[in-house]
Amino acid sequence: MTPVAGLLDFRRLDLLAAGDSALHRLDPRAKVIVTLVFIVCTMSFDRYAVASLIPFFVFPIAVITAARLPIAFLLHKVALVLPVALLIGLPNPWFDREVMLQLGALQISGGWISLLSIMLRSLLAAAAAIALVAVTGFPAICGALERMGMPRPLAVQLLFLYRYMTVLGEEAVRMTVAREQRGGGRPLSIRLYGALVGRLLLRTWDRAERIYLAMCARGFTGDFRGGPPSRLGRLEIAYVAGWCGLLLLLRTQDVTQWLGAAALGVLR
Amino acid sequence: MHMADALLSPVVGGTMWAATAVTVAYCSRRLREEPDDRRVPLMGVLGAFLFTAQMINFSIPGTGSSGHLGGGLLLAILVGPHAAFLVVASVLIVQALFFADGGLLALGCNIFNLGFFPAFIGYPLYRRLAGAEPGTARATFAAIAAAVVSLQLGAVAVVLATVASGISALPFGTFALFMLPVHLAIGIVEGLVTAAVVVFVRATRPDILRNAAPSKHSVAAVAAAFAAVALALGGAGAWFASKSPDGLEWSIARTTGAGEPDSPQTAVHDALTRLQQRAAVLPHYGFRQDEHRGVLPDEARAASSLNRTSDRLGTSVAGLVGGAIALLLALLVGFALRRKAQSA
Repeated sequence: MTPVAGLLDFRRLDLLAAGDSALHRLDPRAKVIVTLVFIVCTMSFDRYAVASLIPFFVFPIAVITAARLPIAFLLHKVALVLPVALLIGLPNPWFDREVMLQLGALQISGGWISLLSIMLRSLLAAAAAIALVAVTGFPAICGALERMGMPRPLAVQLLFLYRYMTVLGEEAVRMTVAREQRGGGRPLSIRLYGALVGRLLLRTWDRAERIYLAMCARGFTGDFRGGPPSRLGRLEIAYVAGWCGLLLLLRTQDVTQWLGAAALGVLR
Repeated sequence: MHMADALLSPVVGGTMWAATAVTVAYCSRRLREEPDDRRVPLMGVLGAFLFTAQMINFSIPGTGSSGHLGGGLLLAILVGPHAAFLVVASVLIVQALFFADGGLLALGCNIFNLGFFPAFIGYPLYRRLAGAEPGTARATFAAIAAAVVSLQLGAVAVVLATVASGISALPFGTFALFMLPVHLAIGIVEGLVTAAVVVFVRATRPDILRNAAPSKHSVAAVAAAFAAVALALGGAGAWFASKSPDGLEWSIARTTGAGEPDSPQTAVHDALTRLQQRAAVLPHYGFRQDEHRGVLPDEARAASSLNRTSDRLGTSVAGLVGGAIALLLALLVGFALRRKAQSA
């Protein structure tokens, strides 16, 4: 990823959390909990699970649509995980050749089924994570994690990182663009990289010093102040209970098989 | 070397989450014991620096490919291992959330591999090899050795976690034979890059490196922590190898004392169970697992081996049709919600 593309993607995703919908307004802890339950449910299937994973798409789809998020942009972001998933799943057809599924003359080995399962898992995991950020926002997620027990130094670290990522990112963009224009298309050697990144590091260091002085001037005590803390109200409890119930139902009962059999029964 | 959610079982992922949480708590406590107002903003911007530096690719000599900085070792050299671990953790959390890099379940694994090994194994090694004021050659040698050791350990951890999870079909030996040489090369490059930055900083701003916190933790304590995690992971791997029931089924079996969830006997549940039994000519798709699930409904047990093939085809078709319907329903839910959202 180039710094420019990475930065643009980050900003666009970050801005989505400023939207306003019933989902945006929920306490962030409820959204974090449901996302974690979703991930544990989907990732706990055995390696040949394919059909039973499909109903789980209802969760990211429902969140994205109910929160009025831009579908095409998020779809594009989620699809970026597919090449990686293909890479890590591709050895499976090679090592696992036992035929598991016969469709007429077509024989499908266990390896292809588990490859498909890995692709679906990757899509589900990525969709859940990106939907969480888009509908909650990074600072709110940090706050939720801290209220759920994450140590304060890590929470403060995350908020600082979040605030200065785009600032330093812009500096890096300027530096790489300048080097590309003067470098005549030559690739960046390790020696030059050392100087370039070293220079970026020194600027970072000086900036930290300025931030520290500014903090002292304003009386920073180690707390980031947000709005009033939200509560886990009736809405949040209903949200968590509803999704957890549905997710556990999908995890423990073979809903896909019911649907298929019911449809075939109607046709017959 | 990012581990992915899709390759991880919840038990292995959870074990690594626990290992990472313990390390985060330990590092946070150490930093609180030595309060330093200047360090808070410094760590924050260093995280932003690492995040940015990872997006700048350099060319790897002689290969035509390019790589990017891992950075755990560099940060440990600059600000000490405890702060370095937290900075690496924060960068990985942002990457998992905003770029779906790795994933949330794999986050524990990734923080441990890319944070713990460079900060608590590689960095002490670097200090020992480099000494107090190393020259360019000695710093380069020490950085390469430290980076290679950290990345080899990380690669072994990825292989162990993958094999213990049992999602990938890769055998241990093959995967290790692939991962270790690749990460030997990555480790050498990481060492070279780390040394290049350290040498540059030493030449321009020697004061920065002189202030860097010396390593204070004992090697024995680190070794003990590492052994504990290895044992936990090994134990988890042995219990939850691919052939045994998966994590959730296992925990359900543990809490209810039964193989399948023992749901409350309500009319709705009875109806659902009956529907499922009617629907499942062979339960669970007629895949391999049937042999040791052992709870075949009577119809299936009665079926002769001859028409079992056609039953198998029947369930597969039901699975395919059901999958298509499920996807369609999920999309319909989305469509309905969007309509509602737009009219609201």
